[in-house]
Amino acid sequence: MTIPPPGTPTSGDPIPDTPAPSPPGHDPGPGHDPVTPGTPTPGPSAPGAAVPDEAPVRGMWRNGLEVFCENRLALAGVALFVLLAAFSFLGPLLYHTDQVHTDLTKVHLPPGTPGHPLGTDGVGYDQLGRLMLGGQTSIVVGLAAGLLATVVGTVWGAVAGFAGRWADAVMMRLVDAMMSIPALFLFMLMASIVTPTVPMLIIIIGAFAWLGPARLVRGEALSLRTREYVLAMRGMGGTGGRAVRTHIIPNAIGTVIVNATFQVADAILYVAYLSFLGLGVPPPAANWGGMLSDGLSDAFSGHWWLLYPPGIAIILIVLAFNFIGDGLRDVFEVRLRRR
Amino acid sequence: MSTTHEPLLRLRGLSTDIRLRRDAVHALDRVDLHVDQGETLGIVGESGSGKTMTVLSVMGLLPAGGQVVGGQILFDGRDLRDLDPKRLRRVRGAEMGMVFQDPLTSLNPTMRIGAQVAEPLRVHQGAGRAEARERAVEILRRVGMPRPDKIVDDYPHQLSGGMRQRVVIAMALIRSPRLLIADEPTTALDVTTQRQILDLIDDLREEFKMAVILVTHDLGVIAGRADRVAVMYGGRVVETATTADLFASPRHRYTEALMRALPESAADGRLYSIPGMPPDLSRPLTGCRFAPRCAFAADDCRTTDVTLTPAGPGHEHACLHPVAEPVPLTAAAGRPRLARDPAEPVLAVRDLVKEYDTGGLGKTAARVSAVAGVSFDVGPGETLGIVGESGCGKSTVGRLVAGLETPTAGRIVLDGADTAALDPRARRRMHRQVQLMFQDSYAAMNPRMRVDAILTEPLEIQRVGDAAARRARAAELLDQVGLPRRALERYPHEFSGGQLQRIGLARALALRPRLIVADEPVSALDVSVQAQVLNLMRDLQRDLGLSYVFISHDLSVVDYMADRVGVMYLGKLVETGPAHEVVRTPRHPYTRALLDAVPTPDPGHTPTRGTAIEGELPSALDPPTGCRFRTRCPLAQDICATEPTLQGDTHQVACHFPLRQERPAVA
Repeated sequence: MTIPPPGTPTSGDPIPDTPAPSPPGHDPGPGHDPVTPGTPTPGPSAPGAAVPDEAPVRGMWRNGLEVFCENRLALAGVALFVLLAAFSFLGPLLYHTDQVHTDLTKVHLPPGTPGHPLGTDGVGYDQLGRLMLGGQTSIVVGLAAGLLATVVGTVWGAVAGFAGRWADAVMMRLVDAMMSIPALFLFMLMASIVTPTVPMLIIIIGAFAWLGPARLVRGEALSLRTREYVLAMRGMGGTGGRAVRTHIIPNAIGTVIVNATFQVADAILYVAYLSFLGLGVPPPAANWGGMLSDGLSDAFSGHWWLLYPPGIAIILIVLAFNFIGDGLRDVFEVRLRRR
Repeated sequence: MSTTHEPLLRLRGLSTDIRLRRDAVHALDRVDLHVDQGETLGIVGESGSGKTMTVLSVMGLLPAGGQVVGGQILFDGRDLRDLDPKRLRRVRGAEMGMVFQDPLTSLNPTMRIGAQVAEPLRVHQGAGRAEARERAVEILRRVGMPRPDKIVDDYPHQLSGGMRQRVVIAMALIRSPRLLIADEPTTALDVTTQRQILDLIDDLREEFKMAVILVTHDLGVIAGRADRVAVMYGGRVVETATTADLFASPRHRYTEALMRALPESAADGRLYSIPGMPPDLSRPLTGCRFAPRCAFAADDCRTTDVTLTPAGPGHEHACLHPVAEPVPLTAAAGRPRLARDPAEPVLAVRDLVKEYDTGGLGKTAARVSAVAGVSFDVGPGETLGIVGESGCGKSTVGRLVAGLETPTAGRIVLDGADTAALDPRARRRMHRQVQLMFQDSYAAMNPRMRVDAILTEPLEIQRVGDAAARRARAAELLDQVGLPRRALERYPHEFSGGQLQRIGLARALALRPRLIVADEPVSALDVSVQAQVLNLMRDLQRDLGLSYVFISHDLSVVDYMADRVGVMYLGKLVETGPAHEVVRTPRHPYTRALLDAVPTPDPGHTPTRGTAIEGELPSALDPPTGCRFRTRCPLAQDICATEPTLQGDTHQVACHFPLRQERPAVA
């Protein structure tokens, strides 16, 4: 998930550059005469007027939106996410089900049963309604934990990268140490110590998922610190604080945002892992991972409707976030824009 | 050279397109070329002229989206476009060899040299491991590699740039190709190494009796090495002739303009610059592609499709209004330099030393001696050129002067104030006096900032004026460097190299400094654009009374720009003096060798081989004692182990055996 740094133009000529929309380069500079003395100038030839500057000046955001929209998969990702979110949060308003009380008279009804389009599970909950409820948990925990991890990781990595020297060494060795412990093991440990509620899940996942972004941002900060424009700024008499504010953070933000989307996808998966292992939010609350876990025990009794819908839902939402992340990467990748 | 027999390679109406996200670039448009057996064809042109695309089309190495869409590629009478893929692979693999520009990226860093050189043998001939190694050693010996039997087991990072390029050439030659294609083979190398490599290609051509296509942007390289030259512009061949003929009497207006834009031909103290920019090949173009930039274009140039027409034996050009008579290239006379009164220097550097620690914890830290005792002055309105090969410490001097690094020892006196003795506040103000101009202005600009933010940044840092005043200043700066004010709202990636360099200059001027340190400001630019930027720099110097420290590896550019020149070798200043004297009557053997290695755009000029220096730059970790050049110097004797000092009045040299005495100062 590393993001290549913003491109630099090639100085040779491996590919004939399509000159990006640019103002004409003719040079009516001070004292410039395009015609040398002693040569006649026939015709009203206006040298340099060849490339009319018609390309409109566009803002960075507008430009970015356009690039994002060119990526069909990214648009599909956004649509998919909106669809799944609407399904989970707006769905229950239209489709009322009882997800609190069990009804043992209606267990394992197959899909298509009147009143239960996706059937019911082992304790009589309506599967479609449960899918909506589970989606709420998955999406909320995923987004919140992903954001938490990104914020913590970015700050940690940025500080380590800027500070350099021993502060960097200490901070990053801590990250390495934590990374060397299997994440799943840590989650299980934490989840068995505390009772998992939704906020607790967010904190537990966030507390360990920030390691990735921390490393990423630290690497970015290290390379940005040595960029020539930071050097140029120091040549103007600027200080480190200014370098961080105006040069390093704006240039790292692309990496951070792109990474955040992948982080959300990861967090959704973590929720699923934990719940699958029975360490998720206890019933009657639901989430897709937990539903998958419940469904697995029924896999051999032919109750496929308990297994596939939550599985497919997880795949779809993770795919959606990965597509969005991919599209955002195009947006922040300056090199792609030159094409 | 008569061409009664069929040439080895003939391109007929070759057209190549490159598809992009939205549209297609017509990179080549009906290119006609031919190369005979045993001949060197030079292809010259600027970036985007299609010279590289031509050879990539022949080699079948076009980038993604690239495709030959028309014409013929006749190799030895067979059209490569008709061959089936298997035979095509064999022809390209066995009978053609290619050398790329950057020797570092064209070698696989994880493979041993021997394995890489012999790879074609193993792929195409199924040679065994032992045989492959033997052949690799042999070919490495033939490309002049010292101790080839040891080098076969090395990895690319263990070799210097010149050595790597020799390996790449060896790789191209191992199957004894009949055609060697060298695409800018020396652009990434220093002049002395460049000369070694070009000599090598010349020798090998005779030895292997092969044809060579030499692609370059450097007219000087072409003049010394090619038999015939094809000049390309906008995806077309605009002129082709024998080298002597072309340089003696260029007929196409573009060729003529290109030659006049060379710093060497700045006869009247001012460079001819071609206005405008090369055409955008993704748009439909009618008529002569050079017409919009041509001073001689008439209406018919814009409407008629111009094709190559013969204009003498072996000379063809595509120009409706060609140069009538041979215009001899006027030798550079050097601009008249003003005798300067000894005013207070803007910058005085004394015994500047910079050393870097290497090695990590625990190890005895080795010290790299980057700059070792350099002293010079720069007067008001004066340009000091600093030349030298890569690794000589010239950029480090620039960064020290600009206050980006602190010297290990020595003094830098800027405008009468010793920069080491400044408190932080005064230090910040000091940066107003000296500003930097970079080689790659794109890298030196934050890609997320618009040009207005870039130009006002120095003013913000130095807290000059309020927001409105800063904006006004930014617009004024753009006027000064000849860019439209609309550029303020754009981002750096929207500009071409020459325009970026103007913006870089504008930013350097924002604080009204007295001194600008320009580190290779035109090295990445094409000749015609280079002329624009150099002229602009000189105009601004005249108008604003600026001083420049102009750092470059290109002696002809420095000769054009500088009043005085300092030649650096391995951290030391070996010669300093007025530019025209140093360049025309060098006193140090190193300067002499450097000058001889520079290819001149004059086919009659044959450099004497004896003066070429051999070998590689010694490591700055452990520089030679005494005169640092003595390990490569043809004149070195025992006394050179003691350090020579700079001696002389205005034209100083640090050598025990200077090549000539200083000319008596003109009263």
